[in-house]
Amino acid sequence: MEHDNIRVLIAKPGLDGHDRGAKVVAYALRDAGMEVIYTGLRQSVEKIVAVALQEDVDAIGLSILSGAHRALTERLLAGLGDRAKEIAVLVGGTVPERDIPALLELGVSKVFPTGTPLSEIAAEVRAAVEAKRAAASAT
Amino acid sequence: MAKTADSISRAHGPEANEPNAKEREADNAERRWREEVEKLDLPPARTSSGLELDILYTERDADERDTLGLPGEYPFTRGVQPSMYRGRLWTMRQYSGFGTARETNQRYRWLLEQGQTGISVALDLPTQLGLDSDDPMAADDVGRVGVAIDTLADMEELFEGIPLGKISASFTINSTAAILLAMYLAVAERQGVAAERISGTIQNDILKEYVSRGTWIFPPAPSLRLIVDTIEYCVKHAPRFNAISIAGAHFRDAGATAVQEMAYTLADAITYVEACRERGLDVNQFGRQLSFYFYTHNDLFEEVAKYRAGRRLWAGIMRERFGATDPRAQMFRFGVVCGGSTLTAQQPYNNIVRVAYQALASVLGGVQSVFTAAWDEPFAIPTEQSAELALRTQQILAYETNVPTVVDPLGGSHFIEALTDQTEREVRAIIDRIEAAGGMVACIESGMIQREIAQEAYRYQNRVEQGEQIVVGVNRFSRPEPERSQFQLYESDPRIAARQCEKLAQVRRERDGARVKHALEALGRATKDDVNLMPFILDAVKSYASIGEICAILRAEFGTFKEPVVL
Repeated sequence: MEHDNIRVLIAKPGLDGHDRGAKVVAYALRDAGMEVIYTGLRQSVEKIVAVALQEDVDAIGLSILSGAHRALTERLLAGLGDRAKEIAVLVGGTVPERDIPALLELGVSKVFPTGTPLSEIAAEVRAAVEAKRAAASAT
Repeated sequence: MAKTADSISRAHGPEANEPNAKEREADNAERRWREEVEKLDLPPARTSSGLELDILYTERDADERDTLGLPGEYPFTRGVQPSMYRGRLWTMRQYSGFGTARETNQRYRWLLEQGQTGISVALDLPTQLGLDSDDPMAADDVGRVGVAIDTLADMEELFEGIPLGKISASFTINSTAAILLAMYLAVAERQGVAAERISGTIQNDILKEYVSRGTWIFPPAPSLRLIVDTIEYCVKHAPRFNAISIAGAHFRDAGATAVQEMAYTLADAITYVEACRERGLDVNQFGRQLSFYFYTHNDLFEEVAKYRAGRRLWAGIMRERFGATDPRAQMFRFGVVCGGSTLTAQQPYNNIVRVAYQALASVLGGVQSVFTAAWDEPFAIPTEQSAELALRTQQILAYETNVPTVVDPLGGSHFIEALTDQTEREVRAIIDRIEAAGGMVACIESGMIQREIAQEAYRYQNRVEQGEQIVVGVNRFSRPEPERSQFQLYESDPRIAARQCEKLAQVRRERDGARVKHALEALGRATKDDVNLMPFILDAVKSYASIGEICAILRAEFGTFKEPVVL
């Protein structure tokens, strides 16, 4: 089955080092049957893009708690360029609700603010990847 | 282990004296009671750390009662001061800082007006990571989760109008702790306060940063050198200053249990004490300047037992293992934070209640300083209004409940003493395991501790999602959440970074460039020698060299830590 080989990169951009959420989500996605790569702390956006392309991932999950979600996400999507059509970008962390529409506008597939259940995150990652695959095969 | 009715007659053990008639009657009564309770077939219960809990504790449960002692006396189970809060309340120290030094200084003055009794400085991530505000890597994070400090000029502004001879400040700073300490000493000197008189704390605990929180820069060996340099300097020049605050809080918030939190923290502390002894420092001197920092979470009695066990364990380690004879060098003095990962975004006002219980547990556990987090911290840093309520939570506990009046009020409770003993045993077992695996540095470099904590965090999250762990408003008694826009939340000012960069540029223009260069070169040479770096850092700071410039010198010599990425 196709969804059995979803590859996800969980990344911590920016300077924040709180990675409990990133690791818990990584475990949950792995238990949901996905292949998960974790970048470790303080990765530059350029490095995250490079790893994502090199590892040929289907999705990138950005974990951001510092409040810098908008700027970091914007730079990541710019870095992905055309590849953003194939790679789903999802953002989780301390993201105020009022910032969510702007992130979605940038091209983020889904935002998971504090308190989102793990089961929902796994389902949404899968849905986002499938949507990207469907769009890619339609063109 | 929970007892059964059958086990009661054997509780005295083969070596104990034959029970007398009164004891036999008590045994029979308890046996009858247990038989009744066993019929109910109640499910087993555990603390949040997984320690098994009986339904009732009696006089036969606490077998180490003879070690209880008195407050202010070894092993300090009942508290580090003889009179505890009757003599002086704990310090109310709200972690605070945002934007530039000017805004934060205003918040500090306001908090002090509201009755806060100490300052706790929250620094932004660039400051914690040794980056100047105009560094491209810092751009997104200037002034966000704390105040931006680039040079001594910022530190001067931060404490303007705050008398450092009277008010103590605590800094959550690790990799760059030596630099911040130097700035603090320089500001105190300007205020005319001698170093011998200043009190306060720098966190200065790098080992836990490698495991959780992540504000490391240098590898373990040079980091330990810097830490011992600051401790040595404080022993000589600032004897009332806590040169390190060995923190379990960040393990806890990353997912560790209460027992793991205490064990990892003491294992870190052992590493620091060994490093100080290798330098030739006197354990009776530096031992007085060590302090600790933890998270208090929701399991109230487990938290009380954790702190009581911590005091007893540390006193034993310092006296028996390291030969400390001065009681002040055996004392486990600690601060706490209440809130953190126990706070929920759902029904956020519930957080006020959680934090109040956590503060109560901390005080029952004999804490020295308390930070009560604000209810809105799952969303943003607190507003003035939510910060005030968080402070009032402590003040009500201090002044209205009468809780602080009697020392260690739960001491002697069969349950608390048994749980304290049990916690002590479990913590000691983990420390032994870490030492058998080569000590804390080895266990961090292999990623073992990181993995244990992450797995515990995942286990907890699954328990919440499966409803085994009840969180009110999240998996029980939940309802559709209202729009968060109904809450007045803090909004960061987008012009902060630009303002801070302007200020830094102005400092660079106005300072004596030759003096800066000279100080930085001297520091660079000193890094290669077997000397204490503090005087060189102090000199650099006083020349208005920036954090970024000083760290660049240190980085060039020390290199950077290679994070073991483990899942």
